[in-house]
Amino acid sequence: MKYWRVPLDSEDVQVIRGTVCILKDRCKGCGYCIEYCPRKNLEFSKEFNAKGYHPPAVKNEDCLNCHYCELLCPEFAIFTVEAPI
Amino acid sequence: MKNRPEIQPTHPLEDLVRMDRIPHIWCSGCGTGSIFSSCLTAIKQTGIPYNKFSMVSGIGCSGRGAGYINIDSFHTTHGRAIPFATGIKMAKPELNVIVFSGDGDLFAIGGNHFIHAARRNMDITVICVNNLTYGMTGGQVAATTPHRAKSSTTTAGNPETPFNLPLLAYASGATYVARWTMLHARDLADSIEEAIRHKGFSFIEALSPCPVNFGRRNKEKSLDTLKKYYEKTIIRNGANPAEADIDFNKGVILGKFLQISKPTHDEMYKKMYGQSKPNEELKTS
Amino acid sequence: MKPQILTGTHFINGDEACAEGAIAAGCRFFGGYPITPATEVAEHISVRLPHVGGVFIQMEDEIAAMTSILGAAWTGIKTMTATSGPGFSLMMETVGLAIVTETPCVVVNVQRGGPSTGLPTHGAQADMMQVRWGSHGDYEIIALAPSSPQEMFDLTIIAFNLSETYRTPVFIMSDEIVGHMSEKVVIPEASKIKTLSRPKPTGRKDKFKLYKPGPNGVAPMPAIGDGYNVHVTGLTHNEKGYPVMSVDTQKEMMHRLLGKIRNNLDDIIMTEEYLLDDAEFVIVSYGVSARTSYTAVEEARAMGIKAGLLRLITVWPFPDDKIRELAKRVKGFVTVEINMGQIAREVERCAAPTPAYLAGHPGGSIIPPDDVLKILKEAF
Repeated sequence: MKYWRVPLDSEDVQVIRGTVCILKDRCKGCGYCIEYCPRKNLEFSKEFNAKGYHPPAVKNEDCLNCHYCELLCPEFAIFTVEAPI
Repeated sequence: MKNRPEIQPTHPLEDLVRMDRIPHIWCSGCGTGSIFSSCLTAIKQTGIPYNKFSMVSGIGCSGRGAGYINIDSFHTTHGRAIPFATGIKMAKPELNVIVFSGDGDLFAIGGNHFIHAARRNMDITVICVNNLTYGMTGGQVAATTPHRAKSSTTTAGNPETPFNLPLLAYASGATYVARWTMLHARDLADSIEEAIRHKGFSFIEALSPCPVNFGRRNKEKSLDTLKKYYEKTIIRNGANPAEADIDFNKGVILGKFLQISKPTHDEMYKKMYGQSKPNEELKTS
Repeated sequence: MKPQILTGTHFINGDEACAEGAIAAGCRFFGGYPITPATEVAEHISVRLPHVGGVFIQMEDEIAAMTSILGAAWTGIKTMTATSGPGFSLMMETVGLAIVTETPCVVVNVQRGGPSTGLPTHGAQADMMQVRWGSHGDYEIIALAPSSPQEMFDLTIIAFNLSETYRTPVFIMSDEIVGHMSEKVVIPEASKIKTLSRPKPTGRKDKFKLYKPGPNGVAPMPAIGDGYNVHVTGLTHNEKGYPVMSVDTQKEMMHRLLGKIRNNLDDIIMTEEYLLDDAEFVIVSYGVSARTSYTAVEEARAMGIKAGLLRLITVWPFPDDKIRELAKRVKGFVTVEINMGQIAREVERCAAPTPAYLAGHPGGSIIPPDDVLKILKEAF
């Protein structure tokens, strides 16, 4: 991340990282999580799931464990957990 | 891929979902599942034991909500979720009764029940999934369909004016009134939690896309609807509900319109009828 | 705190007796809506329920009244509503929900003349087919017909017991005349009143099936908060209670719903016989019409016609076998009821080829014994 001025405590602050878990066969491909991930961390995968939809896939492991995809997903198909540091 | 757990843990809401009934019936791009998820999150956030909750639904797409939540839940007849919930609440006031239903169910066929439960300040939480149409029957005009919007029974556009739901709730006597969209999932969950804790009739309108039966006829894909929710809404807590009509051209107001403290129906009934009064002699005694 | 049961001798009307019967049976929730001639049930019970720890609410219409008693019933208590024709029409939707979700409750219909607004202040017995078939779909119901204020008390208690035993709505088909008639009503001591309550499930909660029938074909019923996490739906459902839209599930569910009544007819059906042993002509009647029928039987006998009375205490399920059995040895039937032929058709169906006639009129007053005698003389 770029700052116009580096915070004084930037060395001490530990940013929580998250891991995205995708239960891909539950997905109905609405794309909400992909469109509204604040980190733009998700994309449609090329593969089809059992229902014939393209489930999301993690693009660049930049999850901050905000749980927004988890809350927004209508299918209980995606959630985040705190990543081991 | 790094840090990817080999065996995926279960979704955090699974203890509140009847997993043997998943996948649910809601279409791809429907917002009902998101609102349902926010509702379950809110129930979890309260920390109240699950057997102190009951969910009642009417008929329609969102009426199926009661069938997926893993607590004592009731899928009743069309429009009658609120009187059913009223019966539960009066008979067992310690329960937190949530009505999860749609705009057609709550405001057309069930409109009378809604205004009376609000008037009584019945201590229940009513969540209205408002998709602006009758989704399950194929997209007919509803009491909430915007003026001029197309539906399968108003193919040249809706000649009528829709209800302003927060204003209706406010005018009927609701003591907690809020509106969110399914995109405002976190605010919605927090608002539902607040409404569950609120003593009195609480009403939350949650806007939801219906890409299959509303969007298709009005040239709006679900992500287009979400874009409107993102760009054309403004959060104004304490706003005048009279200004809360849904017009995306001028902007749609979200937020908590109202929260006031007033004795609930149960409190008043107990206070006035809790024990026999000497002046109420019976003919039979 | 007033006593729950007002033991003693009272001079009260049928509607009030019905309300007292409900209290004595253990009813603790009443959702009502005013309607002539059933209003007195709501008025009386609204005063009485708080005395016994119960709750009364006057809802916004009869649909809501009927729906509220179902919600309350699932909290584990006994519930009731009371209405008359126009309100009964509105309740029909929820009657179906009560049947399919197997929710016990008692519905009182103090009948008045119809159709539509009809004769609000005059009695009739013209909702007898509506109670049987008024809600859509196939089903069996239980309906009782009290003939006096005393029976309004007694049968209300029996209605609750049947409702709790069979997990089904039970109807009290009274009428304006019995409802508004004041007579002596004896309320027995509490220990002499037999009340039944729905059995609660036992066993593992995770294996629980909401509609798995017990020995008498009826499933035990948990209450909200018991931890069984029930799902109750008006959709066709399997034993677990989950909706399944299939021919097989529909068949299984319907057989269970119909079977629990049809396989227990001996336990449910109540009739009363008067001078039937040597009768050649049988008068079939119920409710207030049975009262004038006693006189008709006596006058017929005085004229040398061997008449007897079969009084239906439960009108539904209909005592088919009883009528068939009588039809083998008698010369004819006359059904006495305040309508233009409802139960008369049932009698005719079971009596055939033995002739069966109707002594009825369109409503507004009782059937005079002379009308019955006239038909007896003309027909036979």
